[in-house]
Amino acid sequence: MRAIVSFLCGLVFGCGLLISGMTEPPKVLGFLDVLGAWDPTLGFVMAGALAVTATGYAFARRQFAPVFGARFEWPPQTGIDRALVVGSILFGIGWGLVGLCPGPAIENLATLSPEVIVFVLAMGAGMALHGWWQARTPTAGGADAATAIASDG
Amino acid sequence: MADFDPIAGLLGGVVIGLAAVFLMLLNGRVAGISGIAAGAFSASRGERSWRLAFLAGLIGAPAIIALLGGSYEMPRMPSNWTLIVVAGLLVGVGSRMGSGCTSGHGICGIARLSPRSIVSTVLFMASAVIVVAIMRHGIGG
Repeated sequence: MRAIVSFLCGLVFGCGLLISGMTEPPKVLGFLDVLGAWDPTLGFVMAGALAVTATGYAFARRQFAPVFGARFEWPPQTGIDRALVVGSILFGIGWGLVGLCPGPAIENLATLSPEVIVFVLAMGAGMALHGWWQARTPTAGGADAATAIASDG
Repeated sequence: MADFDPIAGLLGGVVIGLAAVFLMLLNGRVAGISGIAAGAFSASRGERSWRLAFLAGLIGAPAIIALLGGSYEMPRMPSNWTLIVVAGLLVGVGSRMGSGCTSGHGICGIARLSPRSIVSTVLFMASAVIVVAIMRHGIGG
């Protein structure tokens, strides 16, 4: 049942990305291009998503447990550390270079675009590289791999 | 503001938000795509199936939109392979090091008013804006 729910949520999430136009890298880059012909659409996507998610999460906070699970896995509230700052900046640089973040990149695999496939393979390699580096230096990230997966999202 | 479409943006955002809310209410999980993707291959066996199912749904979404009569075009990507590989690597390493991406921090995290997510979103937005400014307008480059 959990897998079916996940599949449907992935489907709905993907439809939202498509409706909003965020699977198109030029739309994303248009938002980031504040000095050019700025396209504020991504701001409206964020506003719509945040309004719904904030309301729904507030409702979830008052529930005892999820329907198909033992407990809500809210990310732990840890401090702002160097990994968060450096990681976010590196992510932003990669995002700005092509206009793809993980969601639209994976969804665009459906087009079998060779460019998208190469991007997703490189992204997977980057994730694996980080996992390998963390496993090698367990103190560097301050967290083991399992915690890292669970945190934030 | 050539392609500005506030209605499609808001509507798509609401649909994305609904998916995030239902994943939490039903399964108790945050809809952070980079975390889901990374865990789909490295997490324990019991943790893998729901993650792979979510990713399968994400990839299946264009088919649903096509069935409903919507259009779906090939994404316009840069032709420079080195740029694509470097960007992919940075997105992969950065999203794991920073424990989240546009969905996990930008939507799910800010919706919880998480200070970590607010800081992360400001940083990745700012660095992406600077990169685009350099690439398109040659500022500081």
